[in-house]
This record gives sequence, C-alpha cells and structure tokens, in this order.
Amino acid sequence: MSQKMWTARARESWQKNLPIEKLIPDTQPSYVASWIYVFGVLTIAALSMIVLSGLILAFAGPAWYHTSSFGHWVNSLHFWSVQLFFAFMVIHLWGKFWMAAWRGNRFKTWVSGAVVFVLSIATAFTGYLIQTNFDSQWIAFEAKDGFNSAGIGAFFNVTNLGQMLLLHVAFLPAVLGLLTLIHVLMVRKRGVVPPIDADSSNTEAAK
Amino acid sequence: MSKVLSPKEEFDAKPWAGKLRKYDILKEGTIALVVVALLVTSLAFIFGSPDEKSLTFKGWAISNSDNFYATTVQELAGTSGTATYGRPYNTNGDGLNVGPLFLQKWAGVTQRINAANDFVIEPLMNQVQSPEVKAALSQWSTATETQRTKWATTYDDAITKVEGKLSAVPNGDYGPVPALANGLTEMAKAGALDAALLSQGGFFQTDSTKQILFFGDGAYLDDAGTAANLQGGTWGMMNETGRYPGQAWLWLYSFWYQIPPFTNEDSHPIGANADVYIMVIMGLMSLGLIAMPLIPGIRSLPMRIPIHRGIWRSYYQSEGIKRRKR
Repeated sequence: MSQKMWTARARESWQKNLPIEKLIPDTQPSYVASWIYVFGVLTIAALSMIVLSGLILAFAGPAWYHTSSFGHWVNSLHFWSVQLFFAFMVIHLWGKFWMAAWRGNRFKTWVSGAVVFVLSIATAFTGYLIQTNFDSQWIAFEAKDGFNSAGIGAFFNVTNLGQMLLLHVAFLPAVLGLLTLIHVLMVRKRGVVPPIDADSSNTEAAK
Repeated sequence: MSKVLSPKEEFDAKPWAGKLRKYDILKEGTIALVVVALLVTSLAFIFGSPDEKSLTFKGWAISNSDNFYATTVQELAGTSGTATYGRPYNTNGDGLNVGPLFLQKWAGVTQRINAANDFVIEPLMNQVQSPEVKAALSQWSTATETQRTKWATTYDDAITKVEGKLSAVPNGDYGPVPALANGLTEMAKAGALDAALLSQGGFFQTDSTKQILFFGDGAYLDDAGTAANLQGGTWGMMNETGRYPGQAWLWLYSFWYQIPPFTNEDSHPIGANADVYIMVIMGLMSLGLIAMPLIPGIRSLPMRIPIHRGIWRSYYQSEGIKRRKR
C-alpha cells in the first residue's frame, strides 16, 4: 500500500538514487586529482560570500553604502565576491568542457550548470542596476535599448529600480540557489565523469 | 527503443569500479569557504569598490543649462529620443526588427510616457510657479494639440539652426514654450525637478524610468559616459567606473558592438537594427552553450584536442594509459 503513496515513493526514489554515502562521500575515484576540480567548490564558496554580504546590504537598504563606511566595505565584499564567483565559474566551465563532462548520462548536469551560468549573468546584471549611483544610471539607459528591441523590455524594465531590486534580492537568487542545489545533487548522483582515455580494462586491472 | 551504448559509453555511465582515494567533502568545503572569505576580505580592504555619485537634474541644469533648456524644448516638440522612441513607451516609432519580426512593436506599450506632459508640464504644475510660468502653463493647456506642436517645433527648429546657442535664437512666435523651458530649467537648478519627476504627485515611488529617459535625451549623461569610457563602441557594456573590473562576463555581448556591420547605424538591415540582432545572436549562443553536448563538431573537440591528458596526467601516468585512437 505504501508503494502508492507519493511520500513513500519519493523517499524510496531518493534512497535509491542518492543514498547518504553518495551525498556526502568520504572517497572519490582515484582520477579526481587535479587542481581543476577545486573550482567547482570555490564557485560555491564565492556564491556563499555573495549571499552573506548581499543579505547585510539587503537589510540596510540599497542606498546605505553611499553614506556608511562600513556599508561601503560590505559593498566591496559583495563586489569582489561576484568578480571571483565569475572567475571561478568560468574556469570550472572550461574545465568541464575539456573533460567532456556530459559523457555517461551527465547531459542534464551540464545543462543545469550552463543554465546557472546564464542566470548568474542576469542576476549580476540586475545587481549593477540597483547600485543607485552613476554606473546604474548609465547601465539602465544603455541596456534598455537591447531589451526593448527584443520585446523583453516591455516586461523586464531595466530603468525600474523597484522591479530590478526585487528581482535581484528575491526571485533570481532563489532560482539560482535552487538550480545550483540541483546541479550539485546531480553531480553527487552520477559521480565525477571518468577520464576520456580510461575504459573498463583500467578498472578491471585495478581489481 | 533505447539507444545501444558503446562499451566506452557504458563504462562512463556506470558507477566507478576502479581505485578510490580518500575525500573529505566537508573539510574541502570549509577550506574553500575560508580561503575565498580571506581573499574577498583582502581585496575589499585593499581596493574597495567603485561608487561614482549619481547624476542629478540640478547638476545638469547648472553645468549645461543651454543643453537642458534645449532638451526641454525637444520634449515639448515631441522630437526627443523618448518622444520618438516607440514601444514600450509610446507608439511614435516602430522600433527595431529582425526581418519580418517586429518584436519591439508586438510587445506593445507597457510603460506609457508622454514626454511633454510627464517631463515638463506635470512637474511644473506640481510646484509653486512664478506668474510668468503660471500664465505659460495656462496658455499651453488651453491651446490645441496642433498649436502646441507648431509653437514647440518652430522653437526647436530655431534652436537647432543656431546649434543650441540660445542667445542667437531669433524672435518668433514660440507661444509659451520659452517660458515653460525657462521655468523647468530654473526648477531643475533649484534641485526641485529630481523629486518632482520621481513622485509625479504621488508619495511612494520606486520607478526611475522617467528620470533615466529624460537624462538620456540630453547630452549630460552621454558626456559623462564618454568621460568614464563607458560608451558601447569602447566595450562600455563590460567597463566599470574608475579603475575597477567591470562585467567582464559580458565581453561577448560587447564584442558585437565593436565590429561591422553592427558599428554602422546606416547599414541596413543589420547595422540599423544592431541591438535586436545582437540580442538574438546572444540568445542563440546561450542556447548553444546549454545544448553544447548535442552540437556535432564542438562536442568532440575535447576528444580531439588532448587537454584532458593534462587534467588527468597523474592518473594516466600511474595507470600507464596511452591516448585512445579515434
């Protein structure tokens, strides 16, 4: 009877696909031994710093950092976290491309990561629009033409501070956070892609 | 029917059955967070972050009052960038298109702006004005649309003819337009226009569309963008004010604005519609990135160019794995 329950089925599916040993492993395949693997976790660490500094900025309001030296420093934390986040993510992305990391049923993992990258650009862009300084005035005026020309500006108004503020601190981070979580869970479920030149003869030899 | 997998594809998909190494995921995550936190904190302490003060209408009207005045006349005449823009602000232009696709036009008017009313008349009416400006407002509001346009365009043409040098404009029948433009310039100089444009008679407002568009109609914002090296033709999309890194991740978007035909506004159909063509190109390229594993040629590059030999060098060496023939 429990087989028909949504809750029971969801739990059993989770336990089958992602048991706790896979979710928080204490071993990795021996080929996971390169500095390139570090950039995934560094990206998440930078994202954590973005969220942390962003929360402080959100609590104090969008114009606080213009008049408070502590606020300006928190803004600097946010600014550099974003710069590092993109640097780490781009290196991670290139690394995964040259590993052909979509092999072995990992296509969805690649897709989720690429969507996170594109969405991160949109999220950062809205951040630049809510700086409430000259830079945001300039970016809003210049960027509106591109969005308007494609019909997007009719709904996504880059010159509307209130709309951009809400998208930047609520909607986009929520979606980005969820997609990042899904991406990480997919990596944990499928494992790290094996080397391109390895095949079953190598694992047989290892046994 | 499921696809038959090659032995290599099956191997890649199966859980790893070879040698393992110890891996402390929580320790790795903690170390990464500490390292990044230290790095970010150091960068914030050493370099800070950019924060160029926002421009104001007061600053514009004081530093270049002739330009502010002339822009006000353009708003009244309906010849400014905003007044002739089209969707999503009004129906006074068709906007851009990609072939038969008029995406801008189809999206409709969603943020209606009447440049003369919203930028000039309403702000003036919402403030206490001199008798001269009051009389001008009264004359404007009781005149027909045709008469208003005639006054304002005649004056706009006269200003354009003398290249914006207001003292050289000959006398003529400009109706209340000079008084209105002068009234708004004085209002802006006093610092009252910034708030008046935002509030438009209301209390809570969070939409800065009108101020941004009015700013862009004049030379003040454009000059400031040029001075800060932020123009699109100089990779402005990815630049930042001061000596700070900007949105470097927009380099590909900015790239298109540096090459023909996108750089030539007179070139049809692409240059004249550069904004929408570049948006479409970037949209397709983003989809291409997401679906890259499906694109023949590109998806096999990692197998053809052996960068992976470097990534997995220690594993290949320890297992004596040679490069596979393809």
